[in-house]
Amino acid sequence: MKDWKKYILNEKVIISLISVLISLVVAAVVMLIIGKNPLVAYAALFYGAFGTKEAIIDNLMKTSPLILTGLAVGFGFRAGLFNIGANGQVIIGALLAAYMGTMVASYPFYLSIPLVMIAGMVGGALWAAIAGWLKAYRGAHEVITTIMLNYVATFIANYVVNGPFQAPGGVPKSPAIAYSAQFPNIMSVGATSLSTIIFVSLAAIVVIYVIIQKTTIGYEVKAVGFNPYAAEYGGISIGKNVVLAMAISGALAGLAGTTQVVGVYGRYFGALGGSMGFDGITIALIGQNDPIGIGLAAFLISSIRTGSNQMQIAGVPKDMVTIIQGIIIFLVATNRIIKTLKVRKRKEVVEV
Amino acid sequence: MDKNVDYSKYAVVMKGITKRFPGVLANDRVDLFVKKGEIHAIVGENGAGKTTLMSQLYGLIKPDDGKIYINGVEAQINDPNDAISAKIGMVHQHFMLVDRLSVVENIVLGQEPVRGPFFALNRARKEIKDLSKKFGLIVDPDSIIEDMPVGMQQRVEIIKVLYRGAEILVLDEPTAVLTPQETNELFEVLKSLKSQGKTIIFITHKLNEVMAITESVTVMRLGKVTGVVKTSQTSSKELANMMVGREVLLTVEKNSAHPGDEILQVKDLVVKENRGIEAVRGLSLNVRSGEIVGIAGVAGNGQTELTEAMTGLRKVESGKIIFKGQDITGFSPKKRREMGMGHIPEDRLKHGLIKTFPIYYNFILGEHDDPKFSDGVFLKIEDIRKFSENLVKRFDVRPPKIDLLGMNLSGGNQQKVIVAREIAFDPALMIVSQPTRGLDVGAIEFIHKTLISMRDKGIGILLISMELEEIFSLSDRILTIYEGQIMGEVRPENTTTEEVGLMMAGHRLEDLHQEA
Ligand SMILES: Nc1ncnc2c1ncn2[C@@H]1O[C@H](COP(=O)(O)OP(=O)(O)OP(=O)(O)O)[C@@H](O)[C@H]1O
Ligand SMILES: [Mg+2]
Repeated sequence: MKDWKKYILNEKVIISLISVLISLVVAAVVMLIIGKNPLVAYAALFYGAFGTKEAIIDNLMKTSPLILTGLAVGFGFRAGLFNIGANGQVIIGALLAAYMGTMVASYPFYLSIPLVMIAGMVGGALWAAIAGWLKAYRGAHEVITTIMLNYVATFIANYVVNGPFQAPGGVPKSPAIAYSAQFPNIMSVGATSLSTIIFVSLAAIVVIYVIIQKTTIGYEVKAVGFNPYAAEYGGISIGKNVVLAMAISGALAGLAGTTQVVGVYGRYFGALGGSMGFDGITIALIGQNDPIGIGLAAFLISSIRTGSNQMQIAGVPKDMVTIIQGIIIFLVATNRIIKTLKVRKRKEVVEV
Repeated sequence: MDKNVDYSKYAVVMKGITKRFPGVLANDRVDLFVKKGEIHAIVGENGAGKTTLMSQLYGLIKPDDGKIYINGVEAQINDPNDAISAKIGMVHQHFMLVDRLSVVENIVLGQEPVRGPFFALNRARKEIKDLSKKFGLIVDPDSIIEDMPVGMQQRVEIIKVLYRGAEILVLDEPTAVLTPQETNELFEVLKSLKSQGKTIIFITHKLNEVMAITESVTVMRLGKVTGVVKTSQTSSKELANMMVGREVLLTVEKNSAHPGDEILQVKDLVVKENRGIEAVRGLSLNVRSGEIVGIAGVAGNGQTELTEAMTGLRKVESGKIIFKGQDITGFSPKKRREMGMGHIPEDRLKHGLIKTFPIYYNFILGEHDDPKFSDGVFLKIEDIRKFSENLVKRFDVRPPKIDLLGMNLSGGNQQKVIVAREIAFDPALMIVSQPTRGLDVGAIEFIHKTLISMRDKGIGILLISMELEEIFSLSDRILTIYEGQIMGEVRPENTTTEEVGLMMAGHRLEDLHQEA
């Protein structure tokens, strides 16, 4: 009981919540300045995100991969690593998952689904581990190497689905994966379906939470992230943990790509990854690297994006959503501003 | 009500200061009166609330209650900038320098001198040179902080405060990291500052220092002021009793050692420091189990590099380290630990502690994958907590709350956590650097007793300390290090501090004996 209270009311949560509120207020002011009614806009936004069954399904399906890329980036941060390459890892993971998916047609689902997921995770993990290895043993900064690996991944994918692994037909895409490797839908409304991949994301939150809080690996990774000197003193290998943390981070990004293959498109195609790797950075920041926080942040970002169409229809530019998002990140990243505000307030209370 | 009282002869008055941290009353209606132009000591046990009090004067944290008057006028100090404008300067217990920047860059940080749009570093460099000459604080303005020994970093901190024109200087345990010589030099500096009318608040655990240079003393205990005395009307012993609330033994008693086999041999060791200069130059030594070998020396003579090389944190250029008969020169720190080498590091915040980990996590650093604390995958959190509860009690860590983050402990209690961890780990050899730096007299007594009892259990101990008194009272053999070489070996009962002092200044024992 008490633990829960502590978890819910801790400073991090409060900072995120205040940031979200302030950003909504600032965006409202901007709307007033450009002569729009913010109440109408927010009502439309809310309706667009939660107003219909379709909206909710759409929202959840957008949330699902964002949770995974958010966890990927957040886990990297825990080890003091800035994994900007989640996008590349998503692509490589999805590509390998799609390939594996075409190989398992003769297997029952309880074999083909794990095989496909492992392929996707291993793909992402290895791709990220390259950057980890370069950092640990060659001193190359991961920001640079992961960005470069993003390009390499994109080009590899373009080549593959335009050549050796191309499905017949105009658009560059891979052949469809076996039916036994596809995740079933929970429900469909019109053209939108809610896939069981959402459970993969929820499970990932739990698994990463446990790894960070309860395992020896989590202990070592955090030690390296917080204070590499003390970690080394304590016999913790910095190199090993940098590679490992990048691999886990990459596996999560790879899993994000995989879920899109097995639960949404049934194959690989070019635009599948979108910008979800970069969105992971946003979400990890807002969620402050906490797995549950990341889950909530992913849902938040997905909600305002899903709702933004309705807002546009109501006459307020969709870009408003980007403004809101930007302000939240700014406030969370500069959380000292909020902390200072809080301290000042407290002091005033004392003086009364 | 305070309006009628005249505080104008006081540089600093803190009245009724109360500060509460979650679960701890760090300052409980504390009053502090510091006269203009005096050197005023604040003493008290680890965790008594000294640093907290000074952090409020400097605006780092805000009091829950109470008022501050500077030169008789009530002051609103909301942040360090306010403090700096009130001409208050603070040298922190843990330095606040940017490791990668040079001395000049650190000193001007926040007040960068400019000429037009440009950074006028040369002007600053000159001002700093003048300051350091004026007060005898010699440093190379272009050295990089992380390449400097702690003693030097200290000087940079002091110059930084002077550079900002402070009239009231707060020094939080400035001598904890200094050698006796450096301490004497610092005292000369403080005296000259005083003669120029500056006011100095001086926190220390070393009562002889209090007796040597202060005019008055405020004693704190458990967040409260328990005594205010004039230095001329008290004694070290009385102060110690006021602080701890009981009689304290200022020197330990021990029986003679019964050393066993050689457990550690270092042969012709050569180690470089960060800038690539040889810091340890062909050094040999050995330690037997069941004895304490002390290494005396002025800071910056290769002690840090020697320790880091022995524990695997720094590369060895040539030479050998043999532990338990095995050549471990190329072994990882982990391997050395597993073989039973414990290490109390010199720089507790860099190597010893993870500030953002709770105490119970810090207690298992280095042992976190031991079957006691991990089943291979999961940490045995319950066992770890139980173990930690025990250690916290045994070593009197205050407050005894194992969930507290490392950074929320007082400096002395952080040190206790590290010492406790390394002792609990039950090593065969212990490399101990500055084990009592920043500890109060009671805690020093306890740590000294513990080290002796470890020795008596057959553990080999290599003690590196700048504290000659500590070296003399604990060691069975004393080696003196100078510029990375051993100047000679003596036994404490057959030598004098003068002889060791000469060796610390670079005289070889043979030469000393020839002259005699
Ligand atoms: N940020 C914080 N959060 C919680 N507790 C704190 C915090 N800072 C200090 N404390 C607690 O307040 C008490 C006083 O600490 P303080 O650092 O002032 O002691 P000190 O007298 O300077 O001791 P030392 O001689 O060991 O440096 C300690 O019990 C410490 O654990
Ligand atoms: Mg202190």
